Amino acid sequence: MATVAARELVDGEVVFVGIGLPNLACNLARRTHAPNLVLIYESGAVGATPSRLPVSIGDPALVTGSLMVCGMADVFQLFLQNGRIAVGFLGGAQVDRAGNINTTVIGSYAKPTVRLPGSGGAAEIAIHAQRVLIVAKLSPRVFPERVDFLTSPGHRVAKVITDKGVLERDAKTGELELAALYPDVAVADVQAGVGWPLRARPQLARLDAPTPVELQLLREVLDPKRLYLKG
Amino acid sequence: MRDAVARLVRDGDVVVIEGFTHLISFAAGHEIIRQRRRDLTLCRLTPDLIYDQMIAAGCAKKLVFSWAGNPGVGSLFAFRRAVESGQLEIEEYSHFGMVGRFLAGAARLPFWTLRDYAGTDLPRANPRIKSVQCPYTGEELATVPALNPDVTIVHAQRADAQGNTQVWGLLGVQKEAAFASERVIVVAEELVDERVIRSDPNRTLIPAAVVSAVVVEPWGAHPSYAQGYYDRDNDFYVSWEAISKERTQLAHYLDEFVYGVEDRAAYMQMQPRLAERLRAGEQFSTGVNYGF
Repeated sequence: MATVAARELVDGEVVFVGIGLPNLACNLARRTHAPNLVLIYESGAVGATPSRLPVSIGDPALVTGSLMVCGMADVFQLFLQNGRIAVGFLGGAQVDRAGNINTTVIGSYAKPTVRLPGSGGAAEIAIHAQRVLIVAKLSPRVFPERVDFLTSPGHRVAKVITDKGVLERDAKTGELELAALYPDVAVADVQAGVGWPLRARPQLARLDAPTPVELQLLREVLDPKRLYLKG
Repeated sequence: MRDAVARLVRDGDVVVIEGFTHLISFAAGHEIIRQRRRDLTLCRLTPDLIYDQMIAAGCAKKLVFSWAGNPGVGSLFAFRRAVESGQLEIEEYSHFGMVGRFLAGAARLPFWTLRDYAGTDLPRANPRIKSVQCPYTGEELATVPALNPDVTIVHAQRADAQGNTQVWGLLGVQKEAAFASERVIVVAEELVDERVIRSDPNRTLIPAAVVSAVVVEPWGAHPSYAQGYYDRDNDFYVSWEAISKERTQLAHYLDEFVYGVEDRAAYMQMQPRLAERLRAGEQFSTGVNYGF
């Protein structure tokens, strides 16, 4: 997932980075094909080059050696609302058929079964980033037909990068459909993790396995303690 | 700290302890718990461990926030228990919404406009998120109401005795929160002479004019951090998952590390190896010429 996400990033782009796998993907891209990627964290670090894997979005390593540190009012007004962000990464407890994301509650808002953290910056990232990439593992629980609560609208979602394949939003129907598969994964494997009848594109792309260089960077340089990588 | 909290934080207050991951005044939060303040409306973008502790200790009537998790780890379980059982009133925004509330408060405007929330369920969950039609373009814009706290508490690297406060590293919304607030407590790692402030005025985030009290409290942000002083205690943030999950463990934590100590110095004495583990390395900036 980290390598697939990294390959989505174009050199020189401004990327709004979340913590966890998106952060790994951005730093992998920066060390491979996209050395001029500009990483912005909602905490205010712009052009961050973290020398250790940030545990939180406000890690001090994001500040040391960055190009700029600004207050959060500037992050949201001057960067995000201004339209300066090319790519925004989001994750979620639920992602639905239209690419809408829920990070607020499972169940009803007034009487939640599970209270989740809430929006943070996710609502405005989904609204203002030019394209949104979602990273999430497939399971019917995570991919219901409709989210319980709509935290971040899906209309700018370009791709959903999962552990089995990549879903893309169809421009006409606004619906997520299967666009690419990992090696040795069948369409049925993806459908098993999605809670609605998933449309598959007639021509499915095959995603390349991680290269030895990417694996070495991920395992030995970027996440040696395996905070985010499993296996 | 004891005097500042006794004098400036009152039962029923709207209280802000700001700092985005960086510079969160745990020392002030602990003192508020020790002085058993009640019915507080706690506001912060990210409630973090400090508000989880204050909620568990019974200080909070209401929480105003935009992201309530344990950053990089998981959940805040005292918060979750309180919400899932309906014991804590909540008022929820997104980060931009909370930032807008502080901006409006600091500018003494009644509300802030932002292009946000279209297509989301947030305005349904929080009726205080409204909209307005732009008088120039006709565009529908979201609005959030001004937030003017009774008291805002910020931690900083250094301040002078008057309260001129300098911060570097992540800046969060501390400046806006301080200017929006009725009263402001600055908690500083170091008290410096006014000459130090004057030697680098661009680094001043909050001027003495808006500060009610200055408290000098080294390590007062732990387990949060102070850039150039000490690192974030990520191990503690991870361990909070298990502590906050069990009511009894959480109560035990508060007994030992909050009620059981007199002040921050005593808290640090209980954990003699903390300083060694977390003390920051050195990376100095090159200075600039302020001459003319």
